[in-house]
Amino acid sequence: MSAAPQKAKPGAEQIPVTVSAVVPLNDLVTRFEFKRRDGKPFPTFSGGAHTVVTMNDDGRTRLNPYSLMSDPSDTSTYAISVRRDDNGRGGSLFMHTRVNVGDEMTITYPVNLFSLDLRARKHLFFAGGIGITPFLSMIAQLELMNGNWELHYSVRTEALGSYVDELRYKFPNKVHVYYDDKSEAIPLEDLLDGQPLGTNAYVCGPKGMIDWIHATAESAGWPDAQVHSEEFLAPAPGKPFEVRLCKSDLTIQVGENESLLEAIERSGVEAPFLCRGGACGQCETNVVSYDGEFVHRDHWLDDEQHADGSKIMPCVSRFVGKSLELDR
Amino acid sequence: MTIQFNEETFRDDYSFYNSDWAIKRFPFPFHEDSYMYSVNMEQHRGGPKGSVYEMRFDVDEHYVSEMKDRELVLADDPLRCQSLPHMTLAGWDLLELIMVSKSEDYPDLFELHRDGNHWRWINKPLGIDDTFTFLDETTLPYGPMEYITRQAQGDFCVLDQRDEMLWMDAGMVTTQADWSLDFDIGMNFFEWHAPVPLAHEMGIFKRALKFLLNVQQGAPARRLNWTMTVNPLLDTSPENYHKWGIQKTTLTPENLGAKQHLRVELQTFFRLPRSNALVFPIRCYLISFQDLVTIPKWGRRLHRVVRDLPVELATYKGFIDNRPMMLDYLSKFDDGLPTSPGVFPDLDTEPPLSG
Ligand code: HEM
Ligand code: FES
Repeated sequence: MSAAPQKAKPGAEQIPVTVSAVVPLNDLVTRFEFKRRDGKPFPTFSGGAHTVVTMNDDGRTRLNPYSLMSDPSDTSTYAISVRRDDNGRGGSLFMHTRVNVGDEMTITYPVNLFSLDLRARKHLFFAGGIGITPFLSMIAQLELMNGNWELHYSVRTEALGSYVDELRYKFPNKVHVYYDDKSEAIPLEDLLDGQPLGTNAYVCGPKGMIDWIHATAESAGWPDAQVHSEEFLAPAPGKPFEVRLCKSDLTIQVGENESLLEAIERSGVEAPFLCRGGACGQCETNVVSYDGEFVHRDHWLDDEQHADGSKIMPCVSRFVGKSLELDR
Repeated sequence: MTIQFNEETFRDDYSFYNSDWAIKRFPFPFHEDSYMYSVNMEQHRGGPKGSVYEMRFDVDEHYVSEMKDRELVLADDPLRCQSLPHMTLAGWDLLELIMVSKSEDYPDLFELHRDGNHWRWINKPLGIDDTFTFLDETTLPYGPMEYITRQAQGDFCVLDQRDEMLWMDAGMVTTQADWSLDFDIGMNFFEWHAPVPLAHEMGIFKRALKFLLNVQQGAPARRLNWTMTVNPLLDTSPENYHKWGIQKTTLTPENLGAKQHLRVELQTFFRLPRSNALVFPIRCYLISFQDLVTIPKWGRRLHRVVRDLPVELATYKGFIDNRPMMLDYLSKFDDGLPTSPGVFPDLDTEPPLSG
């Protein structure tokens, strides 16, 4: 079994980068480009992948995922486009107001939760607003492979249509744009009806749009597996909490953006682990006492164990409440 | 480090052998005196120097002869290598991963020179010096997956990831422990694991799949699996069962130490960048019982593991009939002393066999 577990960094691998360009596209959206600080090429990635950007916001760490929108085969630069969200948790505001060319940041290796089905005979893309970004890298990838695709892109106004001009210029026959302020709407039912067998549909945009496309496709008889969607991922925050480690006779604080396992490790206590993903069972830890509620996120413990509060998997799970004592 | 490549065969006269170096670095799979299936995955980011865990793709003294054996298997049965049409991009990903890893990890054996998509690949042990255009299949003698896996030890399954599931949509499989790519092609993770006893009920495959779906670029993982093989055969496929199955009946107490081999698979998992597919290299290591028991700790432990292994596992792994004879042999190397935890030989601290 365990051959030679290595103490590696938790989470996805990190890449130290420098901001090489900040390009405002319109009132809401700005593009950020990155170069690697070590001068090596970036890893190539698959269309639809995202990276998680670490922001140091006056000592507070923010982790936000953004779709990679550059050409996946261009290993010299990564680019993301960020829409300013004045009511959000502050990550996009930080990017818009505080990040400048030359700044040093850290981003993760690409992670893809929205990939192309490469068996598809045709790829039908539906984008809403900033939801255009994953499609830009998908399109670049498909163009390289002579893939068959078509984009239907809905934007609020002409002024807010990020990348509309480039897309139309490069692919006049494949790109269709719809303006909300002109009351134009994607003719969804017609589009879904006229597709060749083996077409896959992809949607990225606001939740309402995603639901609309899933529902319409379903009632038009599309198999669920042929309709793919990505909602913008919000970082899964966890409130800070305090833990008593009984065996080690220590009380530690778990920060917002670290796992319980990382906090235990930070305090110098050896804790077993393998996968750091809630699957392998290695980090299983007995709960001595608690007053509050667990936020179980692992795939290891069964429902009963989740309910009875006897164990926790510190690599992924958290706690909200007054007190928690662990047998560690 | 330069490697002296063995002149050896995995068929007919079975001249396969392990040097002292290969014996000491053998991936002994038992970290304690008993064995049961578990979700035994860990990160694959190096390991002790000189161990089989150190490099992304371990190259050892068997490299050249294993590649010759693969060539023979493929000449007999081309269906050992298959790739469904949508997996070509994953094949290029795999070619890049192996070429980059090997040229970085073994610069004296492999060189990769890249100028945009114009690539030159030099494989000194196999005497290959090829120039080709990356992503252009017409510039290689085989498809990209076949081309590179004819130059890489171990089997390779390339899994497409769709609908929260892995699909066996491509592979190069010539050194397998009694399963067939031609049978499994197009199957999903649960379907191809159907014959495995007990593990389904233990919830192992459900958890393993969740873990695998989350393996990310730049963060590969690994696990070990093992079985038993009579004679150092790489190709123990169902297709050829009529040839090797019968050899299990040739064991005698006298020849067992030389003929009976522990077969260990170092299985690794890498996310592929362009295709988002997962590659699952299965690297097979063989060691004869007589070589294995030269490490006192391993001799003691193997006896205990084989003795206490549940019947279901010994049956599935195909050695239930020979188990009594194996135990007679192994018991001579178990003096009952305790063993140190972990898989490594611990030659400096573990006592020699007493009595
Ligand atoms: C995606 C990667 C994987 C592939 C392609 C794969 C493939 C296979 C195949 C083809 C078999 C033989 C089944 C037969 O008898 O026909 C097998 C056996 C098995 N697999 Fe996997 N597997 C993978 C990952 C895993 C993982 C992550 C685990 C983790 C626990 C696992 C556990 C097992 C076990 C316990 C057996 C039985 C082996 C024995 O007792 O000798 N597999 N696998
Ligand atoms: S480390 Fe694997 S479940 Fe926590």
